[in-house]
Amino acid sequence: MEESTTATITVPPYIKGRKGVVSDWSSDQKTFKGVPWGKAMMWIFLVADTFIFSIFLISYMTVRFSTKLAWPNPSKVFSLHVGHVSVPLLLIAIMTFILITSSGTMALAVKYGYQRNRKMCSIFLILTALFGASFVGMQAFEWTKLIMEGVRPWGNPWGAPQFGASFFMITGFHGTHVTIGVIFLLIMSRKSFRGDFDTGRRGFFTSQKSHYEAIEIMGLYWHFVDLVWVFIFAFFYLW
Amino acid sequence: MAANGYEDVVKGDDAVPALEVQPQELYHAKSFWTRYIFCQDAKVIAVQYSLTAIAIGLVGLVSSWLIRMQIAYPGVIPMDASAYYQLVTMHGMIMVIYLLTALFLGGFGNYLIPLMVGARDMVFPYVNMLSYWVFLLAVLILVASYFVPGGPTGAGWTLYPPQAITSGTPGSGLGIILMIVSLAVFVVGFTMGGLNYVITTLQARTRGMTLMRLPLTVWGIFVATVLALFAFPALLVAGIMMLLDNILGTSFFMPAILEAGLGEQMAYDGGSPILFQHLFWFFGHPEVYIVALPAFGIVSDLISVHARKNIFGYRMMVWAIVIIGFLSFIVWAHHMYVAGMNPWFGFFFATTTLIIAIPTALKVYNWVLTLWRGNIQLTVPMLFAIGFLITFTNGGLTGLFLGNVIVDVPLSDTYFVVAHFHMVMGIAPVLVVYGAIYHWFPLITGRFLNNRLGKIHFWITFLGSYSIYFPMHYLGFMGVTRRYFEVFEGEAFPVSIVGINQFITIAALVTGFAQLVFFYNLIVSVKHGDKAEKNPWKACSLEWQTTEMPPGHGNFEKELPIVHRWAYDFSVPGANEDYIPQNISPSEVSNAQAEKT
Repeated sequence: MEESTTATITVPPYIKGRKGVVSDWSSDQKTFKGVPWGKAMMWIFLVADTFIFSIFLISYMTVRFSTKLAWPNPSKVFSLHVGHVSVPLLLIAIMTFILITSSGTMALAVKYGYQRNRKMCSIFLILTALFGASFVGMQAFEWTKLIMEGVRPWGNPWGAPQFGASFFMITGFHGTHVTIGVIFLLIMSRKSFRGDFDTGRRGFFTSQKSHYEAIEIMGLYWHFVDLVWVFIFAFFYLW
Repeated sequence: MAANGYEDVVKGDDAVPALEVQPQELYHAKSFWTRYIFCQDAKVIAVQYSLTAIAIGLVGLVSSWLIRMQIAYPGVIPMDASAYYQLVTMHGMIMVIYLLTALFLGGFGNYLIPLMVGARDMVFPYVNMLSYWVFLLAVLILVASYFVPGGPTGAGWTLYPPQAITSGTPGSGLGIILMIVSLAVFVVGFTMGGLNYVITTLQARTRGMTLMRLPLTVWGIFVATVLALFAFPALLVAGIMMLLDNILGTSFFMPAILEAGLGEQMAYDGGSPILFQHLFWFFGHPEVYIVALPAFGIVSDLISVHARKNIFGYRMMVWAIVIIGFLSFIVWAHHMYVAGMNPWFGFFFATTTLIIAIPTALKVYNWVLTLWRGNIQLTVPMLFAIGFLITFTNGGLTGLFLGNVIVDVPLSDTYFVVAHFHMVMGIAPVLVVYGAIYHWFPLITGRFLNNRLGKIHFWITFLGSYSIYFPMHYLGFMGVTRRYFEVFEGEAFPVSIVGINQFITIAALVTGFAQLVFFYNLIVSVKHGDKAEKNPWKACSLEWQTTEMPPGHGNFEKELPIVHRWAYDFSVPGANEDYIPQNISPSEVSNAQAEKT
């Protein structure tokens, strides 16, 4: 395996349009030219994860169509009292805003990562993690509020029992994704701050060298989680 | 030289394309533990996967003997209806998921993909190692379900609600919960491995290895892995929802229903059991092809190598695999014709189902045309490959019967269906597994399996499994229902079915015990088999071209091979030998006629 020291890695020239697609897929070595393994792997994983969320949402829609009792009115259920005025979807609007903002800070972290600015990179990673954590926190608040009002996975005071079941299942599954993301953001932030990506320090488990690509891959996951939330928001809260 | 470095390879001169894949750093094992147990080498992981899958597969095999005994000779082995249903369920689940899926993708995929594409290992060896350990955990959870109160679930391998979780079904307590948890863990473990297989095939090929030069084995496993990555989510989600229905009392799949025996209304209301069937079969149908496509790929290579002839219509074969893979996602409801769907659905799904027959038939024709005027060597792998062709064609033809709604309705839930799917996705892929083991055993161990025992094993297995499943078609036409604990008392069926069932059971036991010959052969040959020289079958693909055999850690020595041709340059006119390995450059071949892409 001595070749590793002498070999030079090239990326073939980019060819635009359909010709480029044909040329890439009929070439040797790499189908996605210049794309690192980890990044390609995350993309494929995200497609598989898209299937998971799509199936959750389609199942929810099927259940909502087929249930016998009426579906509770989301703008009433998901409202907050500000003073004496009930504002529909207030909390969820704030949550959505925060999560989308966190996508912005994540993008900045990736940018600083590729500029080898390890401090700014780790600051924005922490910021993203904080936004993510506050999102999960507000979700916990919303769950608590609904549980206090009597919503359970097996029933609720307003109508179809599948409302609580779908709500807790889907937002819970998404919340788990966000929580896992927050944990990894914190790990990445520590790695970036310590300079692991500059020194190529080896991973504790994998013994592979650290690289700034990891932050971009993390970013792909994080943007995906945000994008999924937009669909959950549209199909669960607005419908 | 062209703008992008690889075009000159296609034209056939010896120029080396520019390197695009960074050399892989491998973890070098320092102790026995990291070398053989917690090993990151895909080849060791492959063996671990295979041995685990075969071990749990034996449980499935013994289950089938007990099932057959109950059907033909009730009372000889004492069991009640619950035990019978549990055996049927676990037999199906183990064979489809824990044996065949794990063996084809985790076993053959891990061993062959890196070697065949010319990579040192899977792209993420650590994740690949985790994949195996998570799979082992899934198997252990499955085994644990045998020992909990109530035993494993007896809901049938499809786990249809409501009966999967109502109290009248055996294993409706912990059994079904452990079953679903085990499946979920399996999906997680598989995803880790599957991502590796896909990225290794797409992003880590060696220089000169274009997608259209991959051996069909890699194509079959690759497309099957893609199917698995996109089909298992449906199983995972259905599993989660059923778990919630079971534990938390949600009503995703559970309609208002009376408790069996007690007659009391259960707390469920408004759920849709049909939704589960849709989700399950959105996974379940691609699952058929997850098992079949690797078999298609491997058998293509076996036939080509052992008939000393290039595979007929390579591109057609590749596209057929891809098209079958795509179509497998839009045919799922043909399993549900009698579930009470809208008849228009049946029309749509019957159409898509019958369309699959086109690429599949193309493949069968191409296999036969590869054999046509080939220099057929009747080696054990070739025998199994021919056995596959026959059983697969037979099972495929009955698939055409069942794909039509009007024919399926009376045949549904009879032994005709059992015969069909055992022929097409049981016997046919298993024959390929055996052929593949006889073929690649020298590569893995450096020794041959015993030829005589191999031929005995083949003939008993092939004729035996035909004797099992061929008569089942007649049972099906007579309307004998499957999954029934006892059907033979009274006057529902002609007396002749008793004799047929006894015949089938005897055939099944003989065939089952013939597998012991194979296991004996496997164990003895590891140490005492005839030593194999390098590339004993004179194959062209890269796994046989390593400097060491069996290949060492990192697969190839200092330099990765450079590929100059496809994997099927057999009997090329003008060439000195009857095969030209993929890494032989055109200038090394004596005659310029031998140039091929």
